[in-house]
Amino acid sequence: MVSIRSVPSTPSSLAAGDFPWVIEHREDRCTLCGRCTAVCPVNAIKLMYMRQRMPKLVLSSSERGSSFRTFVGIRQRTEVANRCIGCGTCEKVCPNQAIRPQPNTVSDRHRFVNTQGGEAWKRGGRRNEPGPSLLDKISFNRISMLTDPALDAGRHEFSVNTLLGRVLSPEEYLRRQMAGEWIPPVREIFPFIIGSMSFGALSPNMWLGLLQGVAYCNEVLGIPVVMATGEGGCPPWVLRSPFLKYIILQIASGYFGWDEIIRAIPDMQCEPAAIEIKYGQGAKPGDGGLLMWFKVSKMIARLRGVPEDVDLPSPPVHQTLYSIEESVMKMIQSMSMAWDFKVPVYPKISGSNSAKSVLNNLVRNPYASALLIDGIDGGTGAAYNVSMDAMGHPIASNVRECYLDLCAQGKQNEIPIFAAGGVGKNGNVTQNGLALIMLGASGVHMGKYIMQAAAGCLGSEQNRCNVCNVGICPKGITSQNPKLYRRLDPDLVAERVAETFMAINTEMKKIMAPLGRSQSLPIGMSDALGIADKAAADQLQIKYVC
Amino acid sequence: MCRLALKTASEPFSPYTVLQAMEAMQEGYDGSGLGLLLRGLDFTDYSYNARDPVFSGIAHTEAALHRFNAFMQDRGFDLKYDHEFEMDLFKIEATDRHKYILRVFKTPKAWKSLTQDEIDLEMMLTRLALRKDGEENGGDFTAFSFWPDVAMMKEVGWPLDVGEALGLDSHRIKSRVCMAQGRQNTNWGINLYACHPFFIQGIASMTNGENTAFLPIKDWLSGKGFPGYIGYQSDSEVFAHILHYVVKQLKLPLEAYKHIITPLTTEALKDHPQGDFLLGLRNVCRRLIIDGPNAVIASLPDETCLLAMDAKKMRPATIGGKPGEWAIASEMCGVAAMIPDRDPSLDYQPMREHTIIVPPDRQEFQIWSQFDQFPLPQAA
Repeated sequence: MVSIRSVPSTPSSLAAGDFPWVIEHREDRCTLCGRCTAVCPVNAIKLMYMRQRMPKLVLSSSERGSSFRTFVGIRQRTEVANRCIGCGTCEKVCPNQAIRPQPNTVSDRHRFVNTQGGEAWKRGGRRNEPGPSLLDKISFNRISMLTDPALDAGRHEFSVNTLLGRVLSPEEYLRRQMAGEWIPPVREIFPFIIGSMSFGALSPNMWLGLLQGVAYCNEVLGIPVVMATGEGGCPPWVLRSPFLKYIILQIASGYFGWDEIIRAIPDMQCEPAAIEIKYGQGAKPGDGGLLMWFKVSKMIARLRGVPEDVDLPSPPVHQTLYSIEESVMKMIQSMSMAWDFKVPVYPKISGSNSAKSVLNNLVRNPYASALLIDGIDGGTGAAYNVSMDAMGHPIASNVRECYLDLCAQGKQNEIPIFAAGGVGKNGNVTQNGLALIMLGASGVHMGKYIMQAAAGCLGSEQNRCNVCNVGICPKGITSQNPKLYRRLDPDLVAERVAETFMAINTEMKKIMAPLGRSQSLPIGMSDALGIADKAAADQLQIKYVC
Repeated sequence: MCRLALKTASEPFSPYTVLQAMEAMQEGYDGSGLGLLLRGLDFTDYSYNARDPVFSGIAHTEAALHRFNAFMQDRGFDLKYDHEFEMDLFKIEATDRHKYILRVFKTPKAWKSLTQDEIDLEMMLTRLALRKDGEENGGDFTAFSFWPDVAMMKEVGWPLDVGEALGLDSHRIKSRVCMAQGRQNTNWGINLYACHPFFIQGIASMTNGENTAFLPIKDWLSGKGFPGYIGYQSDSEVFAHILHYVVKQLKLPLEAYKHIITPLTTEALKDHPQGDFLLGLRNVCRRLIIDGPNAVIASLPDETCLLAMDAKKMRPATIGGKPGEWAIASEMCGVAAMIPDRDPSLDYQPMREHTIIVPPDRQEFQIWSQFDQFPLPQAA
C-alpha cells in the first residue's frame, strides 16, 4: 500500500462523480475547439494534457514493452468553487455534441463541503423540490354537462381579467357616489402578473424585453398584463414614459431606488399600476433582499443611489417599523398620498401561519388595496440555501385559509388576495394559476416561469444553474456584465412574453369553458376543484377524487 | 331543462291555466316536479284582505301540524282562513304529505308599532323559524312562504297531475300573477326547497339552466349575514336573493339587476353614458355576476314581473299577450297556451342585453336595454 501522503486527499477533496452535475465528455467526438471551456460560467472544465500508455507486444528484449502518447482533452475540475452547475452552456456551444452535464443521481457529496471559508451556501434560483407540486395535482372536475352545456373556448366571449385595488361594499360605494366622496382606485388587470424581479437582479436587456413584451400585450393584444419591479427602483426613462401604467413599483426595506422615483413624480405622464410594499418574500421569508456586489454595476449604483461593487442587503424589516399595524398603516397611507390616492397600494408578505392576522389588519385599513402572499416555492436572485429550501409556507393552504376567513366576514370582494410562489414551477402555469384562483386568489404572480418561458432561464428543480446571485448567468438574464447580457436580445424576449401570455389566455379559456364559466374570473369556485389526496382535499375544502 | 311559465293579468285567473301551458311545453322537460307561486290572491270561499300574511307550506306529520299551530298561536297570529285543498293524495308520489297548508293570518297586535321594514323582517324570520323547526325535526315541516298576498306550492311529480292532486282544477284559488316551474332540481339532491320559484320577502324568481358561478355567489351572500340568505339547495336560489339584495337592500331600480348579474364589458361601458358609475357598480358587485345559460323570470310584491337573459343568451324565453294580460314562458307554445287570443307576431324574445319589465298596470311591457341610459341619481 502507498503512503497516505501520496493520495491527494483533504477533507474537502472531491472526485468528479461527487458533484451534483457530472460532465460527460466523449473524446472520440471532441475536436478540441475549446469553446466549452471558454464559455463555462464557473470554469468547471479545463483543457489539459494527458498521457496514455500504449502497450505493445515486443519480442526484442532491448526495447521497452510500452510507449506513451500525449494528448489534449477535457476534464471536470474538482475544486468546490468550480463545481459544474449543470447549465449546459458547454453542450450548446459544442459543434460536435461531445460534451454535456448529467445530473448526479447517485451521491452529491458537494453539499457537505460547500461551506468553504465558513460561508454558508448562498445561491439564486429556486427551492429545488423536484416532482409535481400540490398545485400540479389539482384537477378541474366540475365539467358542464347537459343543463349547462360547456362553452366554446374559441368562440364565446370571455372575461378573464381581475381587479387590483380596494373594492368597496356595494352599500358604501353607492353612499360615497351620492356624497361625492373618494372611491378607491381599482385596476382591471390580467390575473397572471409578472412578479417582482428587480432592475439589478435582472439584466438591462431582460428588463427591457419584459417591458416591451408587456407593452405589446396591453397595446396590441389587449391583454392587460402588468409587471412588478421588485426592490431597486425603475429606470428613469420608464418612470417618465407612458409605459409606467403597466408597472407595479415595489418599495422594500432597503428603499433602494426610491429617490429616483420620488423625484420623477412631477414628470410622470401616468400613474403606476400599483405600489407594492414588500414585507416578506416567499423564497427567503423573514430575510431582506440581497443584491451581491458582483451585480452592483455603475448603472445599478446610479439607479439605487449607492457606491459601485458593494453588497446591497436590505434589512429584514422596515426601519420605520414600531408595530406592524403602525408600519402598514403609515406606509400605505404615505404611498397613497404620494399619488393623490389614485394608485392602489398593497403589501406583499411571505406565506406564513400569521398571514390571516395581517389580512384582518388590512381589512380594517381603508387604504389597503390587496394582499400578496408569496409561498415557499418562490424564487430569488440571491439567498442562503437554507432559507430557500426550508423556510416558508406552501401557498395553496395559506391562500385558502385567508380566503375562507374573508368569506366568513363577507369581505372577499373587498381585499383581493394575490398568490405567488411556485406558480408554473413545472411548466403548468395556467393550471397552477387557475387552481389558486379557484381556491380564492384574485390573481397570481409568477417570476421563475416568466424567466424560463420568456428568456430561457436554465434553472430547474434539480439545482441546475442557480447562480443568479453572482452575476454570471449564462443566458444573460440576471447579469450586469455586458458580455453576458448582450447574449439576450430584448426583442426576442418581448416576443416570447407576448407568446407566453397569448398561450395563458387561451389555456384559461380552455379551462373555464368546460366549467361553464365565461362571464367573470372564477375566483373561489372551489366546487370545480378536486385532488386525489384526502388530507389535502380536507385541508383545502375541495373534493377528494380518485 | 326546466320549463317556466308566468302569467300576469288584471283579472284573477286559475293557476290551472298555467299548468296547461306547462303541459303544452311537456316535450322539453322531465316533468319531475312542480313549483307554483300565486300573487294577488282571490279565494272563491273567502274574501281575502291583501294585507294579511299568508303562510304556505307542508306539514308532513300530525305532530308537525300541531307544532305549527302552537307556534303561530304563541306569536300572536290569529287564524283568519284555512284553505282546505281538495286533495287527492293518491296522485302524489310522496307518501309523507300529512297536510298542505295555506292559511291566512292576522298580524299580531304587537306589530302595530313596527315600521314596514321591521314587519318585513319579522315575517321572514317567522318563516325561517318554521323552516328551522322542520329541519330540526327530521324534515317533518316545510315552509315555503309567509307573506301577504302570496301562496306557494311545491311537489314532486308530473305538473298537471300535481295540480289535480291539489284540486287546483276546481278553480277555488285564483291569482293575478302565477309563476310555475316544472322540474325538481336535478343538479343536487331532490329537496322541495330546491324547487323553483324561490321566495324571499315578497320577491320570487325562477330560472332555467344552471348557474355555474353559484358557489362564489353563495359564499358572498352568506357572508352578508342577512338571515334570509340561507338555503341554497339549488344554484338558482341566488337569483332570487340577488334580486332581493338589489331591490330591498341597495334600493336600486329594477334595471340595475341586469347590470349586476350580467354587467357590460369594460369596452361597452366606455361608450355608455354612465359608464363610470356602472363600472364601479360592476366592481363592487363583482361576486354577484352570474355565469350560466339562464333566463330569469321574477315577480315583485307590487306585481311587477320581470324577464332577464344571461349574457350568453343560451336559454330561450318569450313574452306575449295583450294589454291587461301577459305571459312569459320558456317556449313559445307555453305563451300560446296561456294567452291564445293574442297577436303572436308581437311576441318578443329578449336578447342578451334586455330586461323585460311588465309594470303592475299591465298595459304594455317595457324592453329595457343595458345600453340605455340608467335611471339613477347616483349615476348622474
